[in-house]
Order: sequence, then structure tokens, then C-alpha cells
Amino acid sequence: MMALQRLRLTAWDRGIVLLLILTLLFGGMSSELFLTGDNLNFVISDVSEVLLIAFPMALLIIVRDIDLSVASSLTLASAVIGITYEATLSMPIAVVAGLATGSLCGLVNGLLVTKLGLSSLAVTIGTLALYRGLCFVLLGDMPISSLPMEWTDLAFYPIGSTFLPWSVVLLALFGALFWYLLHGTRFGRWCYAIGQGEEAAAYSGIPVDRVRLLLFVMTGFMAGLAGLVYTLRFASASPDGAMGYELIVIAAVLFGGVAIAGGIGTMWGVIAAVLVWGASRSLLQLAGFDANALVIVSGLLLLVSVAIPQLISRLREQLGHRSPRGGNPTRGEASLPSGNEVVHPSPAGAGHDQGSN
Amino acid sequence: MAGNLLSVEGAYKRFGGVHALAGASLEVSAGEIVGLLGENGAGKSTLVKTLAGLHSLDAGTITLQGRPFSQGNPRSAREQGIAVIYQEPSLFPDLSLAENVFVGRQPTTGGRVDWRGMVSQTQGLFDGLGIDLNPLRPARGLSIADQQMVEIVKALSIDASLIIMDEPSAALSAAEVAQLMTVARRLKDQGRGVVYISHRLDEVTELCDSVTVMRDGATVATAAVAQIDTTQIVRWMVGREITEMFPKFDAEVGDVVLSVKGLTRAGVFHDISFDVRRGEIVALAGLVGAGRSEVVRAIFGIDHHDSGTVSVSGSVLRNGSPSAAMSAGVALVPEDRRLQGLFMPAAISRNIAMTVLARLRSRLLLRGISERRVATDWAGRLQLKYANIEDPVERLSGGNQQKVVLAKWLATDPALLIVDEPTRGIDVGTKAEVHRLLSEQAVRGLAVLMVSSDLPEVLGMADRVLVMREGRLVAEIARADATQESVMTAATISGALA
Repeated sequence: MMALQRLRLTAWDRGIVLLLILTLLFGGMSSELFLTGDNLNFVISDVSEVLLIAFPMALLIIVRDIDLSVASSLTLASAVIGITYEATLSMPIAVVAGLATGSLCGLVNGLLVTKLGLSSLAVTIGTLALYRGLCFVLLGDMPISSLPMEWTDLAFYPIGSTFLPWSVVLLALFGALFWYLLHGTRFGRWCYAIGQGEEAAAYSGIPVDRVRLLLFVMTGFMAGLAGLVYTLRFASASPDGAMGYELIVIAAVLFGGVAIAGGIGTMWGVIAAVLVWGASRSLLQLAGFDANALVIVSGLLLLVSVAIPQLISRLREQLGHRSPRGGNPTRGEASLPSGNEVVHPSPAGAGHDQGSN
Repeated sequence: MAGNLLSVEGAYKRFGGVHALAGASLEVSAGEIVGLLGENGAGKSTLVKTLAGLHSLDAGTITLQGRPFSQGNPRSAREQGIAVIYQEPSLFPDLSLAENVFVGRQPTTGGRVDWRGMVSQTQGLFDGLGIDLNPLRPARGLSIADQQMVEIVKALSIDASLIIMDEPSAALSAAEVAQLMTVARRLKDQGRGVVYISHRLDEVTELCDSVTVMRDGATVATAAVAQIDTTQIVRWMVGREITEMFPKFDAEVGDVVLSVKGLTRAGVFHDISFDVRRGEIVALAGLVGAGRSEVVRAIFGIDHHDSGTVSVSGSVLRNGSPSAAMSAGVALVPEDRRLQGLFMPAAISRNIAMTVLARLRSRLLLRGISERRVATDWAGRLQLKYANIEDPVERLSGGNQQKVVLAKWLATDPALLIVDEPTRGIDVGTKAEVHRLLSEQAVRGLAVLMVSSDLPEVLGMADRVLVMREGRLVAEIARADATQESVMTAATISGALA
């Protein structure tokens, strides 16, 4: 228990981790192909873009912002990688250009949100279309697929004699980095604080807009990195790639216990949620379902992650437990992502008298 | 009691393991104003919420106009004739006042909303109470006092027999409080019952016919106002004698810590200049809306200023940067502790440690244990009452929440402590503790700048009183010369004392 709490796992994310273990066990029992090295290699490769973007997206949603343009940024970065490689025949230059493109996409989003004070939802719906449009302008209808083999092989070749694809290096590196950022630094505490009360954060000397801007840039950068992995994995830069990935990322982040209203969430929950999504997809594929059924999985995850905490808190109310946070049985920052709490008809009502009497 | 309107007897209510009500009673007659008093956490709000239909009692009886009151349904509570006016009303900002008054039950003629009737009825109710507002204007932009008036009118429009005012005066200026009292007396004259909740005892003794005092969920005393004095009320509320309301220690006044020169924010405040020295408590007095909070916000850098300078210990602060102000040693305990001071759902430890995270990091990792350690230390020093340092602050009472905000800022070891309405809405006992704390900090060599609308607090605590009126600094009054009259005259009358 103590060890778990050191990892900052709380009720909801512990449930997701458990669900991941159950999914893997169930998968191993129901299909002998599931727990093979090849399939696990495939599952990890398959989730790598989503996971890379989910890391910063978790932080962004914790501060009560959102970025819907990530899939378009990913594809734009991919397009720039393809074009730059064609022009220079240098992959390192193409990679740098791709990452810069992603970061720039994030910077534009962040500046529009923080400098003009626009809602991130509205801004990134706009740039979702804008960045995607730019991909078509840059590439036309012609995907670029003349990428060097020694790079494209990296995307799914295993490391040495293991089954792990090389992208695991990126996942582990950035997973650790974002875990540290969220749970081990002042910056992470600031993110929670901004999500829990933006005004109080400003009054605590937290540079709120700078934090938000930085998170948008990080998200853009990670979308660019995901764009690189995507380009190499499919050995092609095409303008219609990664369609709908933004919703998968957001569904997974919410499923991982990050509250859509901000201020709550852990990195472990998010990582486990993405893996549950990937494993269930693989299971469905192995069971012979087609691609459309796979889309349904992410839709269901999203609904489940929004509905269940609501149902739980409603149930608690009916049972007469007056739970302080719509159901937060344990310590730490995470509680269930709850929407409605006990109804306070007046904003003043919450302040006095109740609680410690 | 004859003409009894409301009678609550033997009320018990438990939330989990907490007894919010443990033997509370309350009697209100028609045409009577009852002051309901008690420290934060005494159970007043739970009782009010029960009467508003938000909670049901575990045990006890409530009788309204001779009939048992049906509990647990806000709508039915209103229909039975109980209306509650909250400290911060929640009107629909974009609806007209008339629509707000009749929201959800607009009068209709033949299925269509009778707009003209609605407006004229609202106007009639406004006139009856002497309220000068246009029923057609939107609620957006109304002062809190006017919003409360609209709520009162709403209560009248449903012909409420009992009107409960839950700390209505906490955010009002003296003039607005006077108007509120006038309206409350009219309600009384109309034969309605009024329950008036306030922490300001002078208001209660001036307005109310009787007082009911609660402590720890139980009613400990009920008395006619004519037969008691405030000392007795305070003794009932805290269960002990508060010997000194404003503990003021002599501090050695040293070098200038804060120096404000010609500070101006167009349309808000103009040409504000003053100094605060080590060991000094300087009060910034004036009416609500005079620009006091705006000045301290600009000093701390929450708002930008247009011209002038703010220097702390000799160096000029960057305009509009709270983090620069913090590193120069400025701390601001803001006006609205729920919105500006605290992260309500977050742990007490997180809240206290939030300002000192930079020095808590050990071996590259910021760990919860170091936050808890610093928080526990400060919680102990300020005698915070809490169950677990990781409980969310929203579970604490108002006074204890304010201590958390103070702890959060004292932990930064500031040179200048700015407190904006440091004791608003907190109980007498904690209020005295906060005052003692401020005095102690001044003795330790802090410079303290205090914004307060509480005149006794200003007079009791301040070495010097600066008075603002309409965005300008109009008077500086030494402790020896500061009286209620001198401060109020400067705050309200133009041309006086400048």
C-alpha cells in the first residue's frame, strides 16, 4: 500500500492498472497469439503515437486546457519531415524540421489562448482544420514514401533479441520525463494548482499564462515527435494520416482518471489507460473484428470514463454519504473525476459552518 | 410564545462522524427579527440549509405557522413560506430584475408571459421597500447589496412568511448595511419573521429583537436583546471570556519596507503615495469600492499600474508580476479566500506549501513528505484545527481556512505582509487569534499593510490609518487621533480632513 502510494496511485488509476492486468490475463487466456512477442511489439508500436501525445495532454487537461489539433499537428510535422527529406536527403535535418513544426503548432495554439484570452477548445478546433488544410497544401494528394530504409526499419524492429520495438526508448524516456514533471517538480504542482483554481494560482505568484503556453508548446513538440514515429512506422508522409487521433488521446487521458474539469489526474493512470485501449484493440483484431469495431472501443472508453465517476458519486449521495469530493477515498491529488458534487444553491453556502463542526 | 411563526426543537443532524447539529432550537415570532449567532462551525449554516430544504434532520421537529414543516425539498420549503437570502446572491446576470424576481414562475395571461404585469408587480415591490432600481435593467453589474435587495423582493413576491438572511452584511459598506437594516425593519413591520445571521455583533444588537446563540451544533442561549450586552453574547459564543479583542503590542518601528510613489491605474486609483515601515501596522480604510483592494492588488502585481512605482526594501518592483513581488518579500492574503486565497479541493498541506515549493525540493525530487512537514509545522504554529493535514481545505471552517492562507504566506518569510479583509466572515475567537498573530508579526519586524472595512479592527490594530475615497488617498491619521468619526468622515465626506 505504501509503495503504491509513493507512486501516487489513487483509487481510479489503481482501478485502471488493475483493468490493464486483467485485460492482459484475459487476452493471454483467450488467444494464444496475444501474449506473443510479435503481438506485443505490435501493440506497443500501435499505441506509441497516442501515448506520446497523451503525456503532455494529461498536463494540459489538468490545467483545464485542451488541444484538439494534435492529430493535425502530427500530420503537419509528418508532411514537413517528408518534404524536408526530399529536399535535403538528410533525415536528421528532416527530424529537426518535423519537431520544430510540431512545437510551432503548439506555440501558435498557446499564444492564441494565453495572449488573446481565447478558449483553448475554440482555438484548437480552428487550428485542427487549419493544420490539416496546410498538410493538403504541402503534399497535395501525393503521399511521400521515399524515406530511407535504415530509419523506417527503426519503427518496428525490435531492440536486440527482445520483442520491444525501438519506439519503446522514446516512450520510456518521455514517460519518465513527464511523470517527473507532473509528480516531482514545482511545475507539476503548479499545473494542479492552476486546474484547481486559476485565480488562486495567480494570487500565489504562479506564472499561470507562462505555464499554459509552455504546455501547449510541449504538446505540439510531442505531436511532432509522434509525427516522426508515425511517418517512420508507415514509411510515408500523407496528408490524411492519424485521422481522429485527438479524440483517442483525449478519451484515453480521461479514462486514465484526469478530470475534464482539471486539477486531478496522475501519469500512471494515463499510461495504463492507453495500454488498456491498445490491448483491447489488439484483442478485437485477433478475434476478427474489423477496423470500425476498433473505433467503437475508443468511443466506449470515453463514455465510460465520463459516466462511471458520475454514477458512483450519485450512488454515494443516494446512500447518504456526504462525500467531500464526489468520491475521493484516498490521499494525494487524484480523486475520481467527478462532475456534480453535493448541490450548493449559493456560492456562499460552501464557505462557512459546514465541515468541522 | 404567542404568535409563534417558526419553532425548531431538538434538531440533530450528522454528516458522517460529524455532529453538525446536536440539540439546536430556534423560535421566531411573526414581526420579530432574531439574530442567529455562533462561531464558524457552530451549526448555523446547517440549520439554515435545513430550513431552506437542502437537508433533512436526523431527529427533531420543525413547526412553521403551526404546521409541521416538510423537510428536504428546496421548492417545497419556498412554497411553505421560507426564503433564504445568501451573502452572495446568485441572480441570472443577463435577465432583467423583473425576470429574476419571477424566474421559473412568470405570471401568464392565456399561456403567454405577462411581461407588463411582471414588471409592474416588481416595481410595486421595489417601491414598497424603498428600493431605487429599474425592474427592466439586467442583473449584471449590480452591487452585492442591490443583488440582495432583489433576492429579498423575490422572497416577498412569493409572500414568504420567514426570511432568513445568511451573513448578508459581510460584503457590504456601512451605508449599504444601513439600507439593509431599513428593509429588514420593514419586513418586520409587515408581520414577517426575519432571521439575521451576522458576525458583527453591533449590527445584531442594533437591529434584532432577540438573539439565539449556537455553539457546537446546539443552541446555548436565547435572550431578548434589551436584556444583554455584547460581552455576554461573546461569552456564550465561545464558551469562554475573550479578554482582549485587539491585542496590540508595541513594536519598534524601523526602516521603510514598502514605498509607494504616485501609483495610478486609470479610472481606478490615482496618485497613491505612502510608506510602511518595519514593525508597523498600517491600515488602509475607506468604503467598499474606494479602490483599496485595487491598490494592494497593484502592489502585489496581480494588476498592472499605469504610472508610479512600488519599491520594497529599496528596489523597485516589476510592474504586474506577483512572482517578482514574492521574491522581494511581499505576501498578499487576498480579499476572497475561497477564490483567490485557496485551492479549495486540494489538501491543506498542498495549500500551505504552494508558495515555498522552490525550497522544498530535495535531490531533484519534490516530495509530498516535505510539503506535509512544512505544512504541519505552520499548522501547529497557527493552532490550526484539522483532522488530517491531507484533508481538502474546503472541509475546514472559515476561520481555519483563513489561517491556512496566513500560514501559506508566513511560510515565505515575507518582509511585507499585506492582508485584505483578514477577518471577514470569521468567528470572534479566530478573529482575536488573527489579530494577535498580526501583532506578533509586526513585533518580529514585519511591515503589515491591512485593508479592512471593520472600523473597530482598524482602530484597534493600526499604528496609522490611511483613508481612501473614490480612488484617492485622502487622509493619514495617527493612532492617537483615529476615531470612528475621524475615519468615517474622511472616508465619506469630500473636502474633509485632506
